[in-house]
Amino acid sequence: MSIQVEAVAKRFVRNRREVLAIDNLSLEIESGEFIALVGPSGCGKSTLLNMIAGILDCTAGRIVQDGQEVRGVNTRVGYMTQADSLLPWRSAEANVWLPLEIRHVSRQQRAERTKALLEMVNLSGFGKHFPNELSGGMRKRVALAQVLAYDPGTLLMDEPFGALDAQLKLVMQDELMKLWERTRKTVVFVTHDLAEAITLADRVVVFTGRPGRIKLIEKITLPRPRDVFRVRFQPGFQEVFERLWQALEGEIRKGEAL
Amino acid sequence: MSISQAEGADVGGPSLSRAVAEEEIRVAQRRRLLLVAQVAVGVVFLLAWQLAAGPLIDPFFFSSPYEIGAKLVDWIRRGELFDHLFYTMYAMLMGFVIGGLAGFVVGFLFGRYDALATIFDPYITAFYSLPKIALAPLFIMWFGIGIESKIAMAAIIVFFLVFLNTYSGVRDVSAVHLNAARIMGAKEWQLLRIVIAPSAAAWVLAGLKVSIPYALIGAVVGEFMSSNRGIGFKIAQASSTFDTAGAFAGLFVLAIVGILLSAIIKAAERRILRWRS
Repeated sequence: MSIQVEAVAKRFVRNRREVLAIDNLSLEIESGEFIALVGPSGCGKSTLLNMIAGILDCTAGRIVQDGQEVRGVNTRVGYMTQADSLLPWRSAEANVWLPLEIRHVSRQQRAERTKALLEMVNLSGFGKHFPNELSGGMRKRVALAQVLAYDPGTLLMDEPFGALDAQLKLVMQDELMKLWERTRKTVVFVTHDLAEAITLADRVVVFTGRPGRIKLIEKITLPRPRDVFRVRFQPGFQEVFERLWQALEGEIRKGEAL
Repeated sequence: MSISQAEGADVGGPSLSRAVAEEEIRVAQRRRLLLVAQVAVGVVFLLAWQLAAGPLIDPFFFSSPYEIGAKLVDWIRRGELFDHLFYTMYAMLMGFVIGGLAGFVVGFLFGRYDALATIFDPYITAFYSLPKIALAPLFIMWFGIGIESKIAMAAIIVFFLVFLNTYSGVRDVSAVHLNAARIMGAKEWQLLRIVIAPSAAAWVLAGLKVSIPYALIGAVVGEFMSSNRGIGFKIAQASSTFDTAGAFAGLFVLAIVGILLSAIIKAAERRILRWRS
């Protein structure tokens, strides 16, 4: 499930002004790799995810997944957006089995698979609840279960834990890490939290401010499996953090100065 | 739902259940009190009317609750009430269904296809601003004095209300939800069932709810103009023979029909929009 981003650019026209969100960006994502994208806000990280998901088309360049160019909505990925994408009129379980319903999976199989997935994200007993009856963290877990229901080889995650408090974030990272160790899906993970990026990823990509280009790619060599609660105290974490922060800080300050 | 909630870790243990029970009793008491007050208002009004009829107001023009009740009993005994009521209800419901369906389909298409909405906008606006009642003579010419012209009257009024609400509802569907469903593999025709219809349901139901009295207006106006059946005909006939009790009896029946239909839509709304609680 490899993804090639080949010399991609994205230009928007808004209010009679041209905005170049991404410029000449190339990136090779290997199959089974966990890659994190960090950068100042507005650097085009989310735009890139939207392009991989096929919601936006590229102004220039192309994106290839498993040798096949992405054209139109990409149904070979699972996408956890920043915004809550659960359907509020469906109960948690009905949200989880939605992708199976779309694929005409039988009712019984749907129910069985959903039960197992809800168990996996520690939400057994909450299947009948509607999203607005669940906390933010629970909703994120439902969204994760939903994405996993149809077992896409690639997961796109756009600041999935951004809105959660620090403790809950760690718990969610832990669950994601265990899941990834088990399934080895390709994960493209956008975050503004540098520590989160280092904790989870095989490689961290630092974006420049707008227009987004790649400033630095850092390979994270911390041993796996990683303990998300303690990995930050391991030797090497601090050095990587400082190196990445230096690269990132310059970009953030440039953005502030504008 | 309350059972599984109590099982959840974030909801307190058994000590809460007494508080819950007390709260429920309080809510029930309040509801009962309000119901009593509701009934009291009606009873006081009818009593005042009954007592004032004669000494204070002229029963010839305003009748009295007793006479109106007697009239209704008389209609029921002669078996004509349900005959007329059925006629009016049939015209109204047929108009409601035809107008509602057409309004939903057109509203959906316009909501989904921007160009269509833009092209037709000035014409829809022009047609919408017409008083639909003014179409009644034309409808009688086209569809005759039978039930068809009454159905057409009700349908045209309901159409616009449901159309406008469906249009707004479909435009209101979140792009995030649509894209999420598409990435999960939903085809365009599946989006209607999975995302668009449930998302627009609140709007469509609101449109249906306000349509009910208007559908009734459409059917009754049609009957006023030319008919020998229906509650509208009964009211017109009673008024023209200075039978005020008869006119009021007809109005009373229409009011009851309106209340019952609104209650049905409200119940449907509660069921369909349960997730909003």
